[in-house]
This record gives sequence, C-alpha cells and structure tokens, in this order.
Amino acid sequence: MTSFNPRRVRADVPLLGRVINDRPITYLDSASSTVPPRAVIEAMDRYYSLRHANVHRGVYQTANEATDVYEGTRADVARFIGAPGGADEIVFTKNTTESFNLIARSWGAANLRAGDVVLVTEMEHHANIVPWFQLRETTGIEVRFIPVGDDFRLDLSEIDRLLDGVRLLSLTLVSNVLGTRNPVAALAARAHERGALVAVDAAQGVAHDVTDVTQLGADFLCFSAHKMLGPTGLGVLWARRELLEAMPPFLGGGGMIADVRRDGFTPADGPAKFEAGTPPIAETAGLRAAIRYLESLGLSDVAAYEHGLTERALARLDGEFAGRVRVIGPATALDRGGVLSLDVAGVHPHDVAQVLDQFGVCVRPGHHCAKPLMRRFGLAATARASFGPYSIDEDVDVLIDALRHAVAMFS
Amino acid sequence: MSLGNLDELYREIVLDHYRTPRNRGELPVPPAVRVEGFNPLCGDEIALYVEVHDGVLTDIRLSGHGCSISQASSSLMSVAVKGRPLGEVRATIERFKAMMTVGETGADAAPSVADLRTMGELAALQGVAQFPVRIKCATLAWNTLTQALDEAAPSA
Ligand SMILES: Cc1ncc(COP(=O)(O)O)c(C=O)c1O
Repeated sequence: MTSFNPRRVRADVPLLGRVINDRPITYLDSASSTVPPRAVIEAMDRYYSLRHANVHRGVYQTANEATDVYEGTRADVARFIGAPGGADEIVFTKNTTESFNLIARSWGAANLRAGDVVLVTEMEHHANIVPWFQLRETTGIEVRFIPVGDDFRLDLSEIDRLLDGVRLLSLTLVSNVLGTRNPVAALAARAHERGALVAVDAAQGVAHDVTDVTQLGADFLCFSAHKMLGPTGLGVLWARRELLEAMPPFLGGGGMIADVRRDGFTPADGPAKFEAGTPPIAETAGLRAAIRYLESLGLSDVAAYEHGLTERALARLDGEFAGRVRVIGPATALDRGGVLSLDVAGVHPHDVAQVLDQFGVCVRPGHHCAKPLMRRFGLAATARASFGPYSIDEDVDVLIDALRHAVAMFS
Repeated sequence: MSLGNLDELYREIVLDHYRTPRNRGELPVPPAVRVEGFNPLCGDEIALYVEVHDGVLTDIRLSGHGCSISQASSSLMSVAVKGRPLGEVRATIERFKAMMTVGETGADAAPSVADLRTMGELAALQGVAQFPVRIKCATLAWNTLTQALDEAAPSA
C-alpha cells in the first residue's frame, strides 16, 4: 500500500461536499471534467484579489507578478510532462481541442500535401478527428484509422500497411470511452522508423499517471487543465522546440507578433507566436496549483490506486448484474484507465443517467464525442462512469445500488 | 425508498409504451410519406410514416431508437392521432407542446384539469416538463409529425 489517501483528496474538494436530491453527491464524471481542490480555487482567487493585470510588457508591480504567474506556470507544465526543451516548448491554448486544431492548421497546413496520410485511431475523440477532416478539405490529405478490435484495444495486425505514407500518427493515450491505455511508446517507435511524427492526446492521461513526453516518444502532446483538477478555459500544446520554431503562427493579433508594419508582420519567437490576444491568466494560476497538488499526491501512487479501484469496480459490475450491465471496454484493469462505459440491457443510457441522478450519482450519457467508436460497436450512446483521485469504493457501491434501481424500474 | 419526482417522469403508462411500443413498423411510400427526426443530445432517431386520405390521418408507423421518453412519447402520439381528422391532429400537437412548455414558462401556462382530461393517456407525459433536458426527447416525435403533415397535406 502506498501513502496515497483518496479521502484526504475528497476533503480538499469542496464540490464533493454537495448534497444532490437529498444525498451526498457521487461524482463519477471525471473523464468529462475533474472537480478542483480548494488549492486551485484559492490560487485563482488570490490571483484576482492581489495580482491581476494583463501579462507582458507591463512595468508596474502587479503586471510583473501576473507575468510571473503566467510564465512560471509554463515552466511548471514543462517539468510536469518532462519537456526536454523546457518552458519554450509549452504553448497555452483554450483546451485539448484547440491544441489539435493548432497542430492541424499550423504544422499540418504547412507540411502536409495531397496524398499525405494522417493516421488516427477508431477510438479518438472528435477533437483528434475533425481538425484532420477539415485539413483534408483544403489540402487533400488522407485520414486513415487504426481499427479497434473486439477486445476494445487497437487492432495492430495491419499496422505496417497502415503506416504506409504516414506523416503523422495522432492517437489518444487513454480512450475517454473505453478506458483503454494505448501502447503509445511502441507505436511511436514504429511511426518514427517510417519517418512520421507522433501527436498524443493526453487529455485522459495527465491526471491519472506520470506523463513523460520522452518516454512516450511524442512529438506533440495535447491536454486540458480542467481534466487534471484545474480550471476550464486553459489547455496545453507541447511540441518539440524545433517543430514549434518552424511552425507558422495560428491565430493572428496582439501578443503573437515581433513587429507589425503597413506591409506585413513578423511573428514573435517562442510559444508567444501561438498565443494571440490576452490569454487565460488566472487559469494558469489554477493550473499551477493543480500541477503542484497532483505532484504532492504522487501520480504513480494515484495510478496504482486507481488501478485497484477500477479492477474492483469491473469485478463487481460483472458479478452483480448477471450480464445485464455490460462494460464497453477492456474487462480487466491491465493497461486501462478508470473509465467505465456502461450498456444496460433494455435501459437507454439517458434513462440510466436520469435514475442515477436521483441518487446523486453523476454519470454522463451520450456518445462522448467519439461517434466513429460508438458506430464500431453498434451503440448510439453509453452511460459513462469515470474516476478521479478522489473516487473511492463507496462511489462504486452507490453506483451499483442506483443501477439496480434503474434495471428494476425498466424490466 | 421513494424515487421522488422520478415517479412523475416514469409513469406506468410511459413505461408500458416504452416496453411495448404501439404502431411500430413502416408503411409503403407512397402512398405514405416518411420523415426522419433526430435528437443529437441522446442520439434518438425516429422514422415516421403517415398516410393521409381525405383530410384524415388514416395510418401511422414509427421506427428508430431512443430513450424511454422519446419512445413512449412517439408510441402514445401514434395512438392519439391515428384515424383522426388533420385539424384535430394539429390541435393535439399544439396541446401537447403547450404541456411541455410548462416547465419553462411557469404554472400560469399549465393546461387546466379540463385540458388534461381531453389529452387522455398523453397526460402521462406531463411530468417530463419538470425535466428540462428531457423535453426534447418527448417532443421529437411531435415535431417530426408536424413535418410529416406539412409534406403529406401541405394545405391542411
Ligand atoms: C481523449 C479526449 N480528447 C480530447 C478531449 C477534448 O477536451 P476539451 O473539451 O477540453 O478540448 C477530451 C474530453 O472531452 C477527451 O477525453
């Protein structure tokens, strides 16, 4: 056993003290968004109470302090994901979705030509599909999919053929529907052998295990602050320094330029080139607190804990419902995150979620922005329960009790 | 234990129509018209077939999939409108939609007891109005029916 204690985390998260429909909240929607600890909320409060000013080019004290918060967070993010080139490799975006759009519109549009292949997987979030389709419309690239097998893992039997002509392999570290953790490092090595670059969607990874871009073999990494105990409105794109240096700017405006003349402009150097306009500043204060909080928990301990929690939950869901509740995802916790997509026979996911809400249980019904994957398994939707570092076995007890009511009500 | 207002949402008639939907299936097109309805929120999809003769909705069938509320609502609707003159069908659509907007506009707009009585089994869906996100599930079939009527009998 490790020293990690989820109950201490629970005590730190104010929202988990709420009562919903006369019951204590059972928050099982961390794959959508995690709920922040007090440290994150207070960091943002403190920022607005004491330091707020616009960043960069300020001369007065609070402007310098705001800039220190903003740039200091960049350095913390770099350390958090092991960015070899440090803070200069960290671009702040709005969220994971914007990070992928930035890769597609900047690196993609500048480097990809008709016939070039972007290889994604059938389990991607729309954030890592639609930007490539949009780029396809303007450049004629091919968007190819690695299929998902009946075991809910990538089917790599044809991977050599699939890698033909690939310029970018863009894939998720952990599926937000299946929970599947993909063998990113091994696939990245294969892609690099073929001369392709590798982009990793770490949205479902960063709050649940240690993330190291070098170990992953990534060239780009995308994630959102709000899925790692931080605030909404802030995301990260990490890219290797030489890639960022060669990439053209994304959005244009203030902050991203070195010079503007009547005949044109010169983009800024470094990450600023991709950060047009006033950025989310308070949110970086929140992200910084979230990173420090996660680091204080110890993410490998969190990973070990969530692994056990997921293993027990899978066994119980399998045992309690005699096959009536099917988990759409790997049956064991091996190489798997704490995302449990449920298909309840005879009960629509929307109804499952509605009944669960009556018990204060927060799960998400829907396609989870992964429609190609849902189609693959012939599902319109699932009811998804997902864990964070504050999730405990009692959450699973309440979930199972509520599911029993849902099943009884509709049979 | 009491499931509180959940019982209001999932009335026995609603669950019955969900488990055993009426008028499921398809009709040959033509003479029927076929219109599809879609609710992106929960992925509900319905295909509605209606046949109109001499100003009367003579037959109706539904296929597709969705949550209990959308399925029960379409089943209850099919029973309520089948064999009715179009004027009556349109009036029923209006009354049903009015019942669904109560949650948004407050009790003033609530249908009177007399109104509810004329709605028959449809009144079982009244509880949906208290669950704003589910209203779209309940109205999907009805909006699709309006569309189908516009196609089948543009002047009526
Ligand atoms: C795997 C994955 N990728 C991308 C996203 C998109 O994240 P965001 O909505 O923060 O851009 C999500 C979250 O919904 C996700 O789970």
